[in-house]
Amino acid sequence: MRGSNALLGAAGLAAFLALGEAVPRLGLVDEDYFPPTSRIADALATELADDAFWTALGDTLTGWAIGLAIAVTAGILAGVLISVTPYLREATASTIEFLRPIPSVALIPLAVLLYGTELRSVLLLVVYASFWQVLVQVMYGVQDVDPVAEETARSYGLGPWARVRHVLWPTALPYVMTGVRLAAAVALILAVTAELVIGAPGLGARIAVAQTSQAVPEMYALVVVTGVLGLLINVGARTVERRALAWHQSVRGEVAV
Amino acid sequence: MSARIRYFALRLLLVVALPAVLVAAWWFASESSTDVYWPPLRTILTTFPDVWTGERLRQDVLPSMARLTAGYGCAAVAGVALGTVIGSYRRVRAVCEPVLEFLRAVPPPVLVPVIMLFAGIGDTMKIAVIASGCVWPILLNTVEGVRAVDSVMSETARSYGVTGVARLRHVVLRSASPQIFAGLRQALSIGLILMVISEMFAASNGLGFTIVQFQRGFAIPDMWTGILLLGLLGFVLSVLFRLVERRALGWYHGLRDASRRSS
Amino acid sequence: MLDVSGLKKVYEGSGRRVEAVRDLTFTVDAGELVCLVGPSGCGKTTLLKCVGGLLTPTAGEVRVGGRRVTGPPPDMAVVFQEYGRSLFPWKRVGENVELPLKQKKLGAARRRELVADALESVGLTDAAGAYPWQLSGGMQQRVAIARALAYEPEVLLMDEPFAAVDAQTRAELEDLVRGLWRQRGITILFVTHDIDEAVYLGERVLILSSSPTVVQEQLKIDLPADRDQLHTRVAPRFAELRTHVYEQIQAAKRGTPVDRLTKDPTSDTPPPH
Repeated sequence: MRGSNALLGAAGLAAFLALGEAVPRLGLVDEDYFPPTSRIADALATELADDAFWTALGDTLTGWAIGLAIAVTAGILAGVLISVTPYLREATASTIEFLRPIPSVALIPLAVLLYGTELRSVLLLVVYASFWQVLVQVMYGVQDVDPVAEETARSYGLGPWARVRHVLWPTALPYVMTGVRLAAAVALILAVTAELVIGAPGLGARIAVAQTSQAVPEMYALVVVTGVLGLLINVGARTVERRALAWHQSVRGEVAV
Repeated sequence: MSARIRYFALRLLLVVALPAVLVAAWWFASESSTDVYWPPLRTILTTFPDVWTGERLRQDVLPSMARLTAGYGCAAVAGVALGTVIGSYRRVRAVCEPVLEFLRAVPPPVLVPVIMLFAGIGDTMKIAVIASGCVWPILLNTVEGVRAVDSVMSETARSYGVTGVARLRHVVLRSASPQIFAGLRQALSIGLILMVISEMFAASNGLGFTIVQFQRGFAIPDMWTGILLLGLLGFVLSVLFRLVERRALGWYHGLRDASRRSS
Repeated sequence: MLDVSGLKKVYEGSGRRVEAVRDLTFTVDAGELVCLVGPSGCGKTTLLKCVGGLLTPTAGEVRVGGRRVTGPPPDMAVVFQEYGRSLFPWKRVGENVELPLKQKKLGAARRRELVADALESVGLTDAAGAYPWQLSGGMQQRVAIARALAYEPEVLLMDEPFAAVDAQTRAELEDLVRGLWRQRGITILFVTHDIDEAVYLGERVLILSSSPTVVQEQLKIDLPADRDQLHTRVAPRFAELRTHVYEQIQAAKRGTPVDRLTKDPTSDTPPPH
């Protein structure tokens, strides 16, 4: 079953690539706008041989990783604090509901003014966007703590810190992992966006340069690279999630937020 | 009675207290600010009505909203339709899955330069950008939802002659609707982001365009009003979405609460 | 009304071959209430799905009213065990009952009439506007029964319908089904793993062997037509019949040769011809 699915998937991928080759070759769309797969592959090979490409990739990943780390740390700390402090959850609910849907790209002009094309511009957008993903999931997770387990721990005289460690954290962990996975994807989107729009160094800026210099195959090649990067981050995050939760009876479904 | 009033008063207090404190803090902290980048909140708020009424509302805000609506609508129709087809057939799903996973993983904003090649810099480009970014979460969630239709429910439908279009309408899409709405919600925030970015990239009007113009022209209080307006827009859209979702998925929340109570 | 002959179902997949039903032949007459019992995992559900046209048999055939079953027959209704998964949670009780009628292209007035009548016969007139998940398990199963009744079937299939409700509700529902059967004269094939339930409800009990399934024995239930939970269940004849069925099922589980003799010489179990 699995094998045949993988085979079908590979066939689908092959068909997709073949279609990408055939459509411009047959003149269905202009080759200048939509280069055939083989030309994109050539451009990709050239990119991979270019040091500047690797520097750009490194810049993007740096922005992504630092931003994600800040967002995750802040999200977990804030989430736990808000959930365990009496009344804080109710008091912050409206504020969170207001701030969360604000599109982080609204901050682009501010980032440009304050930091120009520095890394901090990227970080501002990445952290703002991914922080909410983590925070909300952590709060869901803490809410899910079984009151009976909590009472039991209390009756055995476990202190607040021990309760957080032994009762709250294990229950919330699956949600935290989901939050981290969602945040990782969002962080990449915002890192590339910041580079593309603001011009901070990285893959996004390289795409912008390729676009302005009419280097169409190179532009497609870079888009493919960002896609592969996104794919690796998704697959990687899911693997980490599964490993970390192997002990957990069920790796939970996503909470739709 | 007075206990209930006190309860509602307490809740109201909890809802408005923190936002009030934060706004007040911003107000007083920026009151005597001379920093160009951080104008007093008073200045921003008095600038707001001047900037966003009349001509600008018609020339920038409305076109932006129209683009968002058109792109999001196209994505919703295409995503649900394709997702239903792909989710209904195991083989089609197996063939499409790797390609879809890849396409979903491409950060949507990088599509802006690609789509500009085909569609120029007009409204078509912006609508296409919004649609092509929004379609993936809707499509993939629909696939998951359609795939997960309960086997007993399908068999019930079959044995009572509920087939074809009726099955799709009364069973498959309804059963998948919680997942579809999760996709629509993700897509909404992506759509808003893409609306702003596509206008920042190349446009002669629209919210994204105007805000960048303010920033480039160092009209800082105006720029701040733009940021506030975008924030407000995001908030209003999410509230509207939640209202629609409450109506459409009332049964789902009830069912979930019922099964939670009994377990 | 319902003829099953030489029915065989083999599941094949990923290199494994499971013979769920080997060779089943039986008939259910028009207006009869027949119970199918068998050890757990004996392919009862497979059989029911073949009869309901939800599964295609590997060999043999099912006929309803003389017509061969190739898909779900239009004059047959099914009540599933999992009421929670069989009722549509996004439709109110009345809409759940009405949906199949819309598919039958009945007019609005006729639909309303049928829905009201069906809900009344299961005692749920007031619940038409509620959602299924607002009701208790027993009430949900009543809705499923109402949906089947409103469909006006010739044959009603019931797949362990009361396996998931508590004992008291179960007794009430059993009486409901028997009452409806006597009132409306529908042909009912009732699958259960509960021996008492089979004997209490059925006019005839078909005992299935363990998988691969054949009919181990057909037993006529010669209890009076008027049955009630209090008296029927303590009647000596009831005890004899249930003991007999119990022994047959134990034998089926062990796979020992079938002993068709009952301990009671007065039993009018059809003698083996």
